Amino acid sequence: MEESIYDKYEPVIGLEVHSQLLTNSKAFCSDPIEYGALPNTQVGVISLGHPGTLPFHNKAAVDLSIKMGLACNCHIREVNHYARKNYFYADLPKGYQITQDKTPICFDGFIDITTKDGVTKRIGIERIHMEEDSGKSMHDQDVFDSLIDYNRAGTPLMEIVTHPDFRTGEEAYAYISLIRQMVRYLDISDGNMEEGSLRCDANISVRIKGVEKFGTKVEVKNMNSMRNVQRAIDFEIKRQIDLIEAGETIISDTRTFDAQKNLTISMRSKEAANDYRYFPEPDLPPLMVGRDWVARIKEQMPELPAQLAARLIEEYNITAYDAQVITELKETAYYFLEICKHTNNYKSAANWLMGAVKNYMNQQAVELKDFPLKAAQLAEIIKLIDDGKLSNSAASQVLFPAFCNKPESNAAALAQELNLIQESDEGSIKPMVEAVLAAWPDKIMEYKAGKKNLMGLFVGEVMKRSQGKADPKLTNKLLMELLDN
Amino acid sequence: MEITNDAIDKLAHLARLEFNGADKESIKQDLTQITAFCEKLNEIDTTGVEPLIYMSTETNILRDDIIVEEITHAEALKNAPKKDSDYFRVPKFLDK
Amino acid sequence: MADYKQYKQQVLSGETTVVRTVQDFLAKAIQQKHLNAFIELWGEESLMRAAQIDLQIAEGKGGKLAGMVIALKDNICYKGHSVTNSSKILKGFESLYSSTVVERIIAEGAVIIGRCNCDEFAMGASNETSAYGPVLNARDNTRVPGGSSGGCTVAVQAGMCHAALGSDTGGSIRQPAAFCGQVGFKPSYGRVSRWGLLSYGSSFDQIGPITSNIYDCALLMEVISGTDGKDATASSNKVEDYTDLQASNKPLRFAYLDTCLNNKGLDEELRTQSFAIFEQLKALGHTVETVEFPYLDYLVPAYYVLTTAEASSNLSRYQGLTYGYRTEEKGDLDSLFKKSRSEGFGREVKRRIMLGTFVLTSDFYDAYYTKAQKVRRLIQESTEKILESYDFIITPTTPSTAFKFGEKTKDPVAMYLADIFTVQANLSGHPAISIPAGVHSNGMPWGIQLMGKQFGEKKLFSFSEELSKIVSP
Repeated sequence: MEESIYDKYEPVIGLEVHSQLLTNSKAFCSDPIEYGALPNTQVGVISLGHPGTLPFHNKAAVDLSIKMGLACNCHIREVNHYARKNYFYADLPKGYQITQDKTPICFDGFIDITTKDGVTKRIGIERIHMEEDSGKSMHDQDVFDSLIDYNRAGTPLMEIVTHPDFRTGEEAYAYISLIRQMVRYLDISDGNMEEGSLRCDANISVRIKGVEKFGTKVEVKNMNSMRNVQRAIDFEIKRQIDLIEAGETIISDTRTFDAQKNLTISMRSKEAANDYRYFPEPDLPPLMVGRDWVARIKEQMPELPAQLAARLIEEYNITAYDAQVITELKETAYYFLEICKHTNNYKSAANWLMGAVKNYMNQQAVELKDFPLKAAQLAEIIKLIDDGKLSNSAASQVLFPAFCNKPESNAAALAQELNLIQESDEGSIKPMVEAVLAAWPDKIMEYKAGKKNLMGLFVGEVMKRSQGKADPKLTNKLLMELLDN
Repeated sequence: MEITNDAIDKLAHLARLEFNGADKESIKQDLTQITAFCEKLNEIDTTGVEPLIYMSTETNILRDDIIVEEITHAEALKNAPKKDSDYFRVPKFLDK
Repeated sequence: MADYKQYKQQVLSGETTVVRTVQDFLAKAIQQKHLNAFIELWGEESLMRAAQIDLQIAEGKGGKLAGMVIALKDNICYKGHSVTNSSKILKGFESLYSSTVVERIIAEGAVIIGRCNCDEFAMGASNETSAYGPVLNARDNTRVPGGSSGGCTVAVQAGMCHAALGSDTGGSIRQPAAFCGQVGFKPSYGRVSRWGLLSYGSSFDQIGPITSNIYDCALLMEVISGTDGKDATASSNKVEDYTDLQASNKPLRFAYLDTCLNNKGLDEELRTQSFAIFEQLKALGHTVETVEFPYLDYLVPAYYVLTTAEASSNLSRYQGLTYGYRTEEKGDLDSLFKKSRSEGFGREVKRRIMLGTFVLTSDFYDAYYTKAQKVRRLIQESTEKILESYDFIITPTTPSTAFKFGEKTKDPVAMYLADIFTVQANLSGHPAISIPAGVHSNGMPWGIQLMGKQFGEKKLFSFSEELSKIVSP
């Protein structure tokens, strides 16, 4: 492989991920936080920053932040303070955001990512802290005004900051995918980048390989999908290297990602650095998170995707690939485990889940929770096949869709009703096989001369005579026996 | 502490205030005088003293995750200087 | 003026009614309009409510404060009513909710007669910074009533209501009380919920009563104190029966601060008068001793660094965004904020915002803000230590009697020093009361201040009752 100019450089990337938390109410007040509500209907005097109002922290937000910290192998801080981050913006009614500055609730952790080529890498988690979200502004609805909706203002957020351990856009993609998967597994967030419940900013710099000193850092924001995170980073790395190679300096600015044109653009903010004047929040006393609290959260934690996948491979003997697909979503993994309570054919269970069930969900545009068949019912289908009563094709092409439309019935009865129960008695199939062979003597000669694909024709003819009920495997076996002598 | 015009400009911008002409000179003098007054604190030796941050000794004052809706959509918008039936309005600005 | 107990008797005996009382107060308020104590009188609704309360009392269902006519400082929220902190920036603003203190006094049958003038955003010691103009001291109209709760105090002083609720961040209840010859109480920090109080210095602010006598003050404190699930800094300490003003009958120990009584800024007559009171106490068997307090000169600078820092942040919400004054001038978003705030806020407020912003900037944070926090700890520990060996700290409330208008407005620091004896209790969080101690030869009242132990309101009230009998029999 040719050594390009780009290989001379080492990109250094850190990611800041903001995730909304799936609590019922906001971080510091009791407004609801459902996505998609009519504008300014989920607001109150506290979230609007009215005179005389005071914050009061939501315990559930703390629980969820601790949960994430544990999942990321972090230390959980015992003595927590809140801080005010002061700045003026239209989406910030108080003129400050309540956050944690010097005492993030979780710190010094790590998670292991696996890139496409199977390489595992450890990413250091510097900190996870709690804060509140701002409102939303819209600029395209009116000629002169921007419109502000404060429904989102005050929604609990956790901010996850990594060490600058990433080197490629692909690693970043693997990381954000994993974070997304984790927050969904842990019921911390719905991890939706398009809706904004999961957001990612990147800090990107480059340096000559082997050099210790960091290059000038550039911040990139508004990458609103996981692929865009990868694309933006890849673009920015190249942009910086090109500039340096051309003898220019990198300006430490904030850039936005234009998904249409696939490039980063400077946001040209007026002030080089905003002095946020952080100071301890006087309206909130300290938060002490003792060992008992942490232990309680740990006890209630579900298995994480990696753990679950490993367990499925170990205990259920499915392939690593299958395990990865099945554990993509928690719901799928638990459905799989449920099927396996009713059958020992784990491989088949995996195939059905990843095949027929997944296709159904895609076609009907539903999630697993809305899939009509219970896990036990899927196991019924598998049993029928394993007992030889049903062919795979009859099961997947006829029984399965019928069953989905009539989930109140059971597999055996429905298969019977649909006349799908196949003939697996050798005694009944043999005459049909003999009859078919008797009807096609020239083809038999061609077959014996080498045209082995004529087997398909013979099997097909037997199936016709048996109205599709002959067990194709058995048919094949009998034909082979008779033809080969 | 000598406060310069530049310092006034920076502080005023952070606080979203503006001072023009005589007012600027006036606030500059006031701040110079007041900060000098506050520098008196440097006369006290505070080595090894922990800053006092909280006035109460209580901790973990948290609330349950329950929804309480106390104002209507109309009430929320009621006091707004500029609005329409759904949104608060401000002069158009670019997203940061 | 009748205290609440007497008044309640009069209502029960039919001598008067709540309606008539409110009518009288309203008339007095209108007659004395020139004092500028009230910004708004809620006459019609007060009378309707008074009628309801009369009925309740007649049915034997009157609450603890049934028929008490109370004025609110213009920084305490009352649902459906205007609250402006005496500032243009909140002109026309109507609160969507009530503060905890308002909910509690209403639940006990109080009648809220109106909102009172104060220094803008509670920043002042003379009620000269209000957007509505100054308040006049009823005793001498050429003099200030004190601040920032000047309007409230004059309302009580001039017989326009039974009592008022003000706020105290550096002395804003006690200092005007002293200047106007009334009782003013600052609770222990966290004793009373700040929910619905427009924040100035979050770790200093407390709402407190201004009354003409100790009993009424204690009664109001009983009603308004305690946690509410809305203010996370409010204390869960038990609220005691403050109205049980039983004298202790045992000798008490009083400390007076050397640097305070020796202060060259202290009026000579007030010094002699204070010592005279100390002698009276000693004659009654109490111990009155001087203690060292090396921090007097640092109280006001520490106070200003810390309160302006908190205020600079607390006042950021006044930006013409979801409520409040917005400039008419066209411009971009930043211009909107700058012009609205610069046009809406008065001079003193802007000064304090600028100072607060300055001490929080990254360059100066350690030198000013952290330094002041450390000094605050020394002040708190020192005060705590004194109160371990003494029951109360006793000092004159103010260095002088009410000064004349304009006397201190040219020099901000001179005005700040008016608070020198009162800020200590806000810095340390201890409860403190100012009681009328006599009349100066210049004809103006003056006050004596007692500071008590943390959450020692009960003892503070019971001794104040005794002391008030001693100093003004």
